[in-house]
Amino acid sequence: MQTSSPAQFSLIEGNDNELTFKCAGDWTHDVLLDAEKKLSALSDTYNSRTVVWDVSGVGEIDSAGMMLFIHHYDQLQANQCTLIITGARTDFEQLYQLLRQYVIPPVETNRDFRSRLLRPFTTVGKSVSTFIEDVLAFLAFLGESFLAFMYALCHPLSIRYDAIIKNIEDTGVRAMPIIALTSILIGVVITYQGAVQLEKFGAHIFIVDMISISMTRELAPMITAIVVAGRTGSAFTAQIGVMKITEEIDAMRIMGFDPHQYLVVPRITALIIALPLLVIFADLMGLLAGMFISNIHLNLSYSEFIHRLQSALELKHIVIGLIKAPIFAWLIATVACFRGFQVANTTESIGRYTTLSVVNAIFLVIACDAIFSVVLTELGL
Amino acid sequence: MSNTIVEVIDVVTRFGPNHVHDGVSLHVCEGEIYGLLGGSGSGKSTLLKQMIMLLRPESGNIHILGQDILDIDHIHADWLRRQWGVLFQSGALFSSMTVADNVGIRLKQETNLSEKIISEIVQVKINMVGLPQHAAELYPAELSGGMIKRAALARALAMDPKLLFLDEPTSGLDPVGAQDFDNLILKLRDMLGITVVMVTHDLDSIWSIVDRFAVLGDKKVVAEGALDDVLKHSHPVVGAFFGGVRGQLRNLNGK
Repeated sequence: MQTSSPAQFSLIEGNDNELTFKCAGDWTHDVLLDAEKKLSALSDTYNSRTVVWDVSGVGEIDSAGMMLFIHHYDQLQANQCTLIITGARTDFEQLYQLLRQYVIPPVETNRDFRSRLLRPFTTVGKSVSTFIEDVLAFLAFLGESFLAFMYALCHPLSIRYDAIIKNIEDTGVRAMPIIALTSILIGVVITYQGAVQLEKFGAHIFIVDMISISMTRELAPMITAIVVAGRTGSAFTAQIGVMKITEEIDAMRIMGFDPHQYLVVPRITALIIALPLLVIFADLMGLLAGMFISNIHLNLSYSEFIHRLQSALELKHIVIGLIKAPIFAWLIATVACFRGFQVANTTESIGRYTTLSVVNAIFLVIACDAIFSVVLTELGL
Repeated sequence: MSNTIVEVIDVVTRFGPNHVHDGVSLHVCEGEIYGLLGGSGSGKSTLLKQMIMLLRPESGNIHILGQDILDIDHIHADWLRRQWGVLFQSGALFSSMTVADNVGIRLKQETNLSEKIISEIVQVKINMVGLPQHAAELYPAELSGGMIKRAALARALAMDPKLLFLDEPTSGLDPVGAQDFDNLILKLRDMLGITVVMVTHDLDSIWSIVDRFAVLGDKKVVAEGALDDVLKHSHPVVGAFFGGVRGQLRNLNGK
């Protein structure tokens, strides 16, 4: 392992317009810095001079060093200097010939001032057109998956029940711990914050109304949907995206298996079944957490809590919560599958579309919940 | 030309109960194109990965450019990594970067040269491997299989390596593309004086560009040497390789 000696460059001003460049040391990529600085400071400043470039002192040279030489050689020539190269050894000569045939004079790309001014508008225009394309593609996807659903309904034997069961296990059963944890924490937070306010009025017992209605009607469906969007939505997109990259989807198509029927329908169906069940589970966990905290914090006994719960919590709140769940499930699964199919043939795009899928799904869930909230309240439900 | 660049001595590799190499020895001399030949699963790629310090053999010795790579410190390992270029089987270009960035990444990381000089070096390397000029601005996903191989070769050549490892350089290329690629490797070897170690099972490459090669089989090197020497071996693996229809066709037609 030998180390290279730094590339050196020095300048001797002669008389009669003549300059001498002297090179020494190894001109290899790791030791070029000094020579490069000196050269780039110099070569621009000379016009119409005679330059004698003595390269006899150059030790080892690699293509980085040679390119540095060629770059400044060309620059001096462009400045109408007369160049005389002396002392070139054969290896120097050979490398020069070799690289010279591949050097292409730089094309002057004159970036127009106007195009720079227009750039913000082009960006906006491009993102609008991608948005419209996305929406159109999504509508096409909806149509396809709807057809696949209709086909499945008409031909119940073609439904892949095993895939549905497996997806229910993945998206429902395996999500129970995280759903339990989040809904317990939400129940604890709501009860604590509510208790502090209600205590001021001595209205302890109303904590039951507060926790039960807010949990079953709004919070449990929404929190569950958001957790599921993050957990299952990303998984769906990544699974389908990887199958797209490895051309499995194309293989399915040419064998006559409709990917919608084999990949999309089971996933959407499984999530539509699993999410309401998860919401019931989240309702229970949230209420249990609320009951526990009310007991500790407000000295409300468990029997009092349950007694009050029977009169406070009308069935409609639970039903409204449960009606929302399959709609959220459909949104999450459809968006996730759609984004999965959009993955193009780079590994990077899996990451991009997975992120997009989760972001879109969460936004759609919240927007849909807001619509429900407004409409149902206006209806007096 | 007789300096030994790569020396593999008695390498033993095992994956669990699976013996891959049981005493593999070979050597590669300076300036030659050396082929590693063998059927699927004979451990060619494993041996290559051991040479470039991605895998460790169970026992044995590997010397590269005079360094014992199984007992090497960080500084020497870094130095060694700068001396070689590797072309992976599927290119392994970084998909988030353009071809130009892929080729120039080590120059940017390891030297202090200005952007301008680096981009000129990159452009020369891209021209050298026969990619069109506009390919520099493309992303790997926008390239065809042959262009990916060429771009990966340009990346492997970026630092002027003394030693080039190629893992099945012509696999996945059409015959014309494969021949072009072979000629390119030959040309680069002659121009730049690089030593090339390539894993291949492309018989055409063996016939046309490889100077010497080793045939792996039965967990060992069953034959090593120039083509004529290897053909004299009577080992069944050699026979299977060169005695098949494809091999015979080649034998009849000669070089």
